[in-house]
Amino acid sequence: MESGAPIEDLDALEREGLAAVGSAGTIEALEQVRVEFLGRKEGRVSGLLRGMGALAPEERPKVGAAANRVKERLLSAIEAREAVLGQTDETVAEPEDLTLPQRNRWVGGRHPVTQVVDDLIAIFRTLGFTLARGPEAETEWYNFEALNTPLDHPAADEQDTLYLKGGNLLRSHTSPVQVRTLEREELPIRILAPGTVYRRDSYDATHTPAFMQLEGLAVDEGISFVDLKATLAEFARRFWGSGTRVRFRPSFFPFTEPSAEVDVKRVYRTEDGEEAETDWIEIMGAGMVDPAVLDACGIDSERYTGFAFGMGPGRIALLRYGIPDLRLFFENDVRFLEQFVRS
Amino acid sequence: MNVSHRWLQACCAETIGSPHEIAEHLAARGFPVEEIQDLSLRLGGIVVAQVQEVRAHPDADRLRVCSVEAGGSPVQVVCGAPNVEPSGWYPFAPVGSSLPGGTEIRKVKLRGQTSEGMLCSERELGLGNDAGGLMVLSGPLKAGEPLAEALGLDDVRLSVEVTANRPDLLSHRGIARELTPKGHASLTLPEIPGGNGRFDQTFSEHPAQVDEHEVSVDGVSIRVDAGDLCSRYLGLRLTGVRIQPSPQWLQSRLRAIGGRPINNVVDATNYVLYECGQPLHAFDLASIRGRSIVVRRAVAGEPIHTLDREDRVLSDRMLAICDSERPVAVAGVMGGAESEVSESTEEVLLECALFEPGSIRSTRRALGLSTDASYRFERGVDPESMRAAIGRAAELILATAGGRIEGPLMDVCPRPFARAQVPLRLGRVERLLGIPFEAREVAALLEPLGFLVDQGEDMLTVEVPGFRSYDVTREVDLVEEIARTYGYDAFPETLGTFRPSASPDHPLFRLEDAVRDELVASGILEAQTPAFASEGEGEVEILNPVSTEEAFLRSRLLPGLQGRLEYNLRRGNRDVRLFEIGTVFRLGGRGELPQEETRVAAVLHGHAAPAHWTRLSPPLDVWDIKGILNRLVGILSGGRWTLAPGLAEGLPSDGLDRGSVFRVIDEEGAVRGVGGRLEEGELDLPPWALEVWALEIALPGEPHLPTVPNFQPLPVHQGVDRDLALLVPGDAPVESVLALIRERGGGELRDLEVFDVYRGPELPQGVRSVAVRLRFRALDRTLRDQEVEDAVREVTRALEEELSVGFRGKHE
Repeated sequence: MESGAPIEDLDALEREGLAAVGSAGTIEALEQVRVEFLGRKEGRVSGLLRGMGALAPEERPKVGAAANRVKERLLSAIEAREAVLGQTDETVAEPEDLTLPQRNRWVGGRHPVTQVVDDLIAIFRTLGFTLARGPEAETEWYNFEALNTPLDHPAADEQDTLYLKGGNLLRSHTSPVQVRTLEREELPIRILAPGTVYRRDSYDATHTPAFMQLEGLAVDEGISFVDLKATLAEFARRFWGSGTRVRFRPSFFPFTEPSAEVDVKRVYRTEDGEEAETDWIEIMGAGMVDPAVLDACGIDSERYTGFAFGMGPGRIALLRYGIPDLRLFFENDVRFLEQFVRS
Repeated sequence: MNVSHRWLQACCAETIGSPHEIAEHLAARGFPVEEIQDLSLRLGGIVVAQVQEVRAHPDADRLRVCSVEAGGSPVQVVCGAPNVEPSGWYPFAPVGSSLPGGTEIRKVKLRGQTSEGMLCSERELGLGNDAGGLMVLSGPLKAGEPLAEALGLDDVRLSVEVTANRPDLLSHRGIARELTPKGHASLTLPEIPGGNGRFDQTFSEHPAQVDEHEVSVDGVSIRVDAGDLCSRYLGLRLTGVRIQPSPQWLQSRLRAIGGRPINNVVDATNYVLYECGQPLHAFDLASIRGRSIVVRRAVAGEPIHTLDREDRVLSDRMLAICDSERPVAVAGVMGGAESEVSESTEEVLLECALFEPGSIRSTRRALGLSTDASYRFERGVDPESMRAAIGRAAELILATAGGRIEGPLMDVCPRPFARAQVPLRLGRVERLLGIPFEAREVAALLEPLGFLVDQGEDMLTVEVPGFRSYDVTREVDLVEEIARTYGYDAFPETLGTFRPSASPDHPLFRLEDAVRDELVASGILEAQTPAFASEGEGEVEILNPVSTEEAFLRSRLLPGLQGRLEYNLRRGNRDVRLFEIGTVFRLGGRGELPQEETRVAAVLHGHAAPAHWTRLSPPLDVWDIKGILNRLVGILSGGRWTLAPGLAEGLPSDGLDRGSVFRVIDEEGAVRGVGGRLEEGELDLPPWALEVWALEIALPGEPHLPTVPNFQPLPVHQGVDRDLALLVPGDAPVESVLALIRERGGGELRDLEVFDVYRGPELPQGVRSVAVRLRFRALDRTLRDQEVEDAVREVTRALEEELSVGFRGKHE
């Protein structure tokens, strides 16, 4: 026997097999084709391989590999044909009109508020911040007292707090994470703490009793009010665009001093292509960490200083996407959620 | 805090800006103005009118027909108010004008009588709550004159947001101090029409009888027993007063800020409250038993009928103002009705006191009663302006109610106030603010606010005035005042160097992110639901919930998501796939915080893929949920957890059908989650709904670090496939069959795949035909047929012997 003969036989067998697959009109006929060519005992490809014993030893691997390739090709042709024969509609295999709609898959997506949190975190990461978390059910100590907010001070009322039976509460802000982190971690600290906070509010367009907050805290030697302004202005311009104007207004939070509200004025293009500015939009509260907070965490407030800030990703999502009502975030209508799928 | 623009101007020697300029200025100093209201606009079109004639309505008992003179020729108006009288003066809305609520006035016929316009009550004009009759006007009036002018309401009201640390701004004088460049130095006291000016600021020199415990003058005594809760109590006796409505100018002042005039004495105390920030109270001295005031803690259970006509019961932690027998006022919160100033009052005892903020706060919380007085007391009232305030009120009363002051001022002062001297280091200012300040700069920034600055070399000493004694007690408080007055916008924004955080990322974030990625890739949308539950759905109870549906914290995520699924199906969304990553709560130990656990849950309803014209997509089924579950298990545990069919004995099914359910088992053997088909009764679904699939798994508390894959060399040698058609008895799970094949297939068995499962009539009862494909491959050589045959023979032997598996077409 000539050495090339088995390979040529294989090629012929493949052509014959492919033709048989193509002409099989039913699943049953196709199965017959499979058994005829690929059956383990009686199959023609197997039979051909069995004849390899007659080949020179150095030829065997070559022919064996070729036979396996033929087998693979026939198998995939059979699978493809199987899929076609499984269809009920006969137009499937005839791609004469390519304007017909394509086949789609379901797309999932992150919640719009999660997406805002992701984007905020991405910016602060480049400014050296890491991620921290703390419990949502808290003690009065962590939610108020350690944050320089005595329980008998009206400031403890301003965020109407949900209390739990037994004296604990649901955190009314993410600031308790500041204290827990300062107690536990080494300095310098630059952390972000995204998380859910709770207030005793009824549901309306601008209030929900639970919502996301993103806390930030930086404590080290030599951190000043200038660093606070610079960091937050840098953040705002990266998030809202380089033309964004940033304004710092005095405010009051018991756990920061000086305290500030931060507003931004965004530049955008109108439909006519003209540049326009939004109104000032309040985006976060911030301030220098009050020395009393550092002292309560056992940190030398003469040596270390820091700044902290807190913002509402939900509110920022409203502004970013032009959503009129916070309640849409909790309704979870899929037609709403699908609008924010990033493709 | 509502501020009248005119009143504010009257408190300043300098000219203040327009309402909008003021708003901008206050916002820049930390006190945004929420609303600017032009009061005259609200009353535009409303005029003063005099009723000339009142006749009975021919066809209605309650209505009267009036002839009204409002500038032009008299018009006929039908009026239902009981208090309309001939020659009375009332506000009048002519035809074509609108009420503040937006109601447009038209010419109408009421029971056959033409009515051209409307005579108005206080309520209808938004000027008060009295809807019982027409608002009666007095004083020199002109028919047709705009009402806003007649009432002095051609004014602008600013609603200023005052932060909790600045009680000194809860008055017109306080706002004026923040507003003008000279600040404190430019404050004036508005002149009181008819007043003699004798008792204003100079009243502090008026003769007074002072004691730390008790003062008694002409049979009237004041004693402070609870000196810890009341550091000072001033009393002043006025006799011969005539209680009547306040003059127009005083009523206008109060109305301009949304107040309600009552009578001249009460109005005088309220006026001083809004002007100076000092709450005052006026007692009808005739109803004070024993003519003595005792400031003491209430006896538990002591009752008092307060001014708001409520019966209240005091506790022994509350401070009460008492006469010789009983409480006559809840200190700092509200007076009692029995000692209230009324029309018959002739003798008044004016009170001006200083109470402990914390005590007032806990009392008003316990009573659920917040008043203008308690609001100021719990934040802190100026201890230095008490004599000025009581003098100011006395002057007002004398000017509007007549009478005279009897005897000296009674001043019981258990704890005199002393100003704090706060040291201020310039170096510290620079370290906190990032730029240097010189001593004289600091002085120039602080002094207009009322601070007295003693300039040293590197250290200044700052004397804090009484009205700032609550919020400025430390060096850092002064640093804030410097920054605020300097202007936040004047600080540079240069980003300096920083050291990155020494604190590592909390590992759960990365895990949550990986779970999100996986579920999003599986075509599921992320949902967020609030962590509340109703009774029965959670363990941890909320003390003060907004509603009973949200009175507990959830112990599972699925009920919330199921609700969202129902909501979507109700709205006709047929393909709904939602997941959530959130916290669930369980009761902690006694006195401990609840235990929190982060979980992931999902609900799936609909088809495996979007419809396409080439073929119908099958509904989601158990193999879809199993795939998601297995992929999640891999992500959550790095392969350490397993998925098993069925529920563990004794565990609740959580609404899942016990026939199509899986459980997630951790390395300790504990169940960490479940997934499967929700039972039909679990959900309120429309008739067209398909099966609903759900899962809920707890994330590990301390996540494993993601495992780093170990590279495997790519195969260079051909593999060999062997297909086996197994006849698997009903009691042998396919998983055990596959496990046995893997175990006995030898080191060269690389892949194992189930490609067909079949049940048919020709097969014995319960037996399934399972077709598997075994792929053998050696790393170092092409496998010989014999090696593969040997491996397959070992596998089939083991299957036959150990699991009674038969083989189809074995005859082949």
